[in-house]
Amino acid sequence: MNIYKYASPAAFYPLAGKMIPWFAVPAAILFAVSFYFGFFQAPSRAGDQNQVYHIIYIHVAAAWMGMFLYVLMAIYAGIGWAFNARLASMMASSLSITGAVFTFLSLVTGSLWGKPTWGTWWAWDARITSTLILLFLYIGFISLQSAIDDQRRADRAGAVLALVGVINVPIIYFSVQWWNTLHQGATIRLLEKPKMTSPMLIAMLVMLVACWLYSVAVVLMRVRCIIAEREQNAALVTEGAS
Amino acid sequence: MSWSEFFSMGGYGFYVWGSYLTTLILLGGEAILLKRRKSALRKRGGRDPR
Repeated sequence: MNIYKYASPAAFYPLAGKMIPWFAVPAAILFAVSFYFGFFQAPSRAGDQNQVYHIIYIHVAAAWMGMFLYVLMAIYAGIGWAFNARLASMMASSLSITGAVFTFLSLVTGSLWGKPTWGTWWAWDARITSTLILLFLYIGFISLQSAIDDQRRADRAGAVLALVGVINVPIIYFSVQWWNTLHQGATIRLLEKPKMTSPMLIAMLVMLVACWLYSVAVVLMRVRCIIAEREQNAALVTEGAS
Repeated sequence: MSWSEFFSMGGYGFYVWGSYLTTLILLGGEAILLKRRKSALRKRGGRDPR
């Protein structure tokens, strides 16, 4: 089988359609599994935090997804730019919306956690501010793409913005170590014993996997729409010219 | 633990359920809007791309 043929949007379209349920259904199941572990197995308190800590499962997963999807979007945008690969540019456009949704969600859930914990909805602390910048980068990418009519130029301009903006992702990640922040330190660190009980850890990791599967499903759904829309537009242009 | 205790979340129900409700609305909304976008395309274009 020649896998390279799927680099063509028209060949990828039906394949993506077949893949969607394989991600969407497990995502829904794992959201439920995470909820079960997080709310019915995990203790009602965590360290010095009372029951409000239950926000952690979705907050951490959303924040991680916001960062991962940004890097992935920048890679796809870069490939689309460097190799003139249309499908890669379409994937970048598709990822931008889902990434923005997760970043927004991490800010909202963080706000809902901050109010009862720190007594404020918002603080201009390094991690929160750099996450807000991440949201603005997504919004910038999305508006830049929709502002430029010529699709190739739009993809190229988006790629430049996306690649420059990648610098913000390590800033978010290490912000809690580099600066003295109101935001608490990393929840999970590689090579370190986690500070959580195992049902909490399971709930959080399962939620992360669920968010990944969900993202794949919606990104594939959106890329199919983009493929079809761009083809329709191209067809209209050709009809108009002839 | 009773159900009412569960829903009150020790008095933090607004924040905890607010978070999960926002998640549900945003993620569910994204999926629903995509379904609509797809069916609108079907109506306008008819066939799948090839």
